[in-house]
Amino acid sequence: VREGIRDKVAIVGVGCCKFGENWDQSPSDMIVDAAYGAYADAGIDDPQRRIDAVFTGSLYSQKGPHECSDALKLWKPVTMVSNYCATGTDAFRCAVFSVAAGMYDTVLVVGYDKPKDRGVSGPSVMLDGVRDLPKTPAGWFSLAAARYFAEFGAGREDLAKIAIKNHHNGTLAPNSFLKREITLDEYLNARMISWPFGLYDCAAQTDGAAAAVITRAELARGFRDDPVLVKAVTVWAGPNPQKDPSNDFLSWKPTAWAAEDAYRQAGITRPLEEIDVAQVHDCFSLTELLTYEDLGFCAKGAAKEHVAAGTFELGGELPVNTDGGLKSFGHPTGATGVRMIYENVLQLQGRAEKRQVPGAALALSHNIGGHPTACGIAILGK
Amino acid sequence: VAAGIVSYGAYVPPTRLPLGALGGRAAKEGGPEKAVAWNDEDALTMAVAAAQNALRGLDRAQVDAVLFASTTHPFREKQGAALIARALDLRRDVRSADHGGSLRAGASALGAALDAVAAGSARRVLVVASDCRMGAPGSGLESNVGDGAAAFLVGDADPIAAMEASYAFAEEIVDVWRGEGERFVHAWEDRFVVQEGYVPSVAQAVHGLCERAGAAPGDFARACLSAPDARSHAEAARAAGLDRARLQDPLFGRLGNTGAAFALMQLAHALESARPGEKLLVVASGDGGEAFALHVTAQIEKLEPRRGVSWHLARRRPVKSYDRYLKARGLEPREWEPGSNPGLSATVHFRERDEDVSFCGQRCRRCGAVQFPAQRVCETCFARDDFERHRLSDRVGRVVTYTLDFFFPTPDPPTVVTVTEVDGARIHLQLVNTAPDQVRLDMPVEFVFRRIHEVGGRPNYYWKAAPREEGP
Repeated sequence: VREGIRDKVAIVGVGCCKFGENWDQSPSDMIVDAAYGAYADAGIDDPQRRIDAVFTGSLYSQKGPHECSDALKLWKPVTMVSNYCATGTDAFRCAVFSVAAGMYDTVLVVGYDKPKDRGVSGPSVMLDGVRDLPKTPAGWFSLAAARYFAEFGAGREDLAKIAIKNHHNGTLAPNSFLKREITLDEYLNARMISWPFGLYDCAAQTDGAAAAVITRAELARGFRDDPVLVKAVTVWAGPNPQKDPSNDFLSWKPTAWAAEDAYRQAGITRPLEEIDVAQVHDCFSLTELLTYEDLGFCAKGAAKEHVAAGTFELGGELPVNTDGGLKSFGHPTGATGVRMIYENVLQLQGRAEKRQVPGAALALSHNIGGHPTACGIAILGK
Repeated sequence: VAAGIVSYGAYVPPTRLPLGALGGRAAKEGGPEKAVAWNDEDALTMAVAAAQNALRGLDRAQVDAVLFASTTHPFREKQGAALIARALDLRRDVRSADHGGSLRAGASALGAALDAVAAGSARRVLVVASDCRMGAPGSGLESNVGDGAAAFLVGDADPIAAMEASYAFAEEIVDVWRGEGERFVHAWEDRFVVQEGYVPSVAQAVHGLCERAGAAPGDFARACLSAPDARSHAEAARAAGLDRARLQDPLFGRLGNTGAAFALMQLAHALESARPGEKLLVVASGDGGEAFALHVTAQIEKLEPRRGVSWHLARRRPVKSYDRYLKARGLEPREWEPGSNPGLSATVHFRERDEDVSFCGQRCRRCGAVQFPAQRVCETCFARDDFERHRLSDRVGRVVTYTLDFFFPTPDPPTVVTVTEVDGARIHLQLVNTAPDQVRLDMPVEFVFRRIHEVGGRPNYYWKAAPREEGP
């Protein structure tokens, strides 16, 4: 039997810069804000001595791993990870494994991206090939809607509830980009991006950086009294859903596969009951809805009943995207997975203020990347 | 060797611009109109569509040569016929050449094909004439020109129409012209163009042909004359001694003058209803004239119905406004000039030409699964490098799922985007020739060759899905 990762690695510090259209910040500025936030959180005042290695994740980096080490002047082993929107979780995974393998004692994880330097308000239409066009993320992810709606009778009203929830939660998170409630009318009247996704179904693309300091579990209490333990971490690849001949467009395979692996590592058999809080990849409202089912929070096709019942709202049975998610907190691609870990650590340590899930002891974060063609899941606990 | 036409096909873009809408006025339904290529169409895509229709049900491996005629081939340097051959997945040793530079180019290509077959240097030659000319907004030409294509397979056996005689002459005249780098066609004063250019050229071509064939104008059951406009068409027929009742309808007010393809499209139209024993006359004017006498054979009754001119005239999608037309043709003021970057990697284009241009995927020899694009490892049974080529362009697929993308740059959003399944392969494709509210899960589709974008300031081509149409 393979040895798992459970309880071997601890998170002892997290940091996150303000997400948004950070016109006056460079990638370095955001990396420094996030990393020094994590240092302070871990009680590290001499990072040059305490940090053994860096794992960084970015999708749009123009400079590679040097961008991170140069910003922090950390001339250490540095690794850059890229896995589309699952980049942040994947950087975290590689860092966790390096510590578990005994290579390093204490490692810094930094996820960041700076899409707002590109001069476009949303994701750009990438015309870099002749096939697979149009190439917009909304166009990829909305392909699941027609089939799902026909099969399960769901519609835009169900998606609206998810958007409204995430806009509400975003108002409660200090570092989130959007701090504005929306109404059903606003949702329904917004301009269409890629049917059935209107403006409010789409995540807010922003700049941002998030960081975490991890260490061997037995060293954790040398940093703080309430370390958070890694219970599971995994990243799975899946076939391109547009080409996969067996894809039913009712779920995303990488999520289902990664969830099975992560639950096995963490010993979870009843996710809805056992998990207290979750940050899931809501690049689009429908992606969050499908993820409830793909993560086993509810049966396939049952998500809309749970949405209607408020299961995933703050105060519900399993609050999801307590900080507003990609929708409101913002989505700087490489940072997102680490930002989710930041939020889950705050929740597990009882530091999430107005959005605190009382007594949260087990937290899941979930990132998908590509069309989607990858999924990363991290489960944290006490 | 007796040379003749073995098969024919045509293409007319479904989009129609009401002539009443020119200049931005409100147009009533039912008035005169013209066919206009939309933003993802051009002379090359229309040529491929017409040729697909001509080759429907025939063995493409028999084609020895392909000739492409147009005055609006999108490239100054780079052959159209070679791209068409690849899009049609013709034999690699096919001979290819472009004819251009004159409104007579379609007739010249047809003549060259008939001559090559008669001389025995080729047995089957595909001739495709296609044009997409532009008159400046507000000009008289704008209302007369239309877009379309015709294709003929010329061969040495079993012709539906055998060649009896041909005649050509050259003339130097600056009547209608377009210079290097210019988008819009120029014309000299219209009475000069008609009285000194067009009408005498038709009369001389008919006269010369009749002399050579030992025939009289009255012998022809149908006369196909290219023409700049309806009035000149009638005038030329009178001057050539042709009976008005036997003129093939030039379709002004429905199609428009399709330039180098015009006389050939009329011939394709005439062949749809031609009867054995009839003689057909084809006359194209431009820098002189060129004429053919064809004799319809009993073989025409054996040719399966084609997607010809009538089939295409019956399917219409009127343009909603003149502005949309201007956008589709790239005539509106733009914030940014089209990019001058080097564009898509030419190496990638070359590597992917079997997929992007021929629309060929592969079939796994072990498990039979069809996949697109080509893979090294089978996505179903994981066997390595054991595939055979599998052409998808002439297959029928179905829409697995779709979305309506309002973000993609296009003159009339949204763009319909699908995952389409064809022979088991799943492909991410745009869907055209349909209104967004007509898209249905599992609807059957066929495939059309279109422009996908203009990155690099040059047209880039790929296939799109279109609703499966009724008919041949």
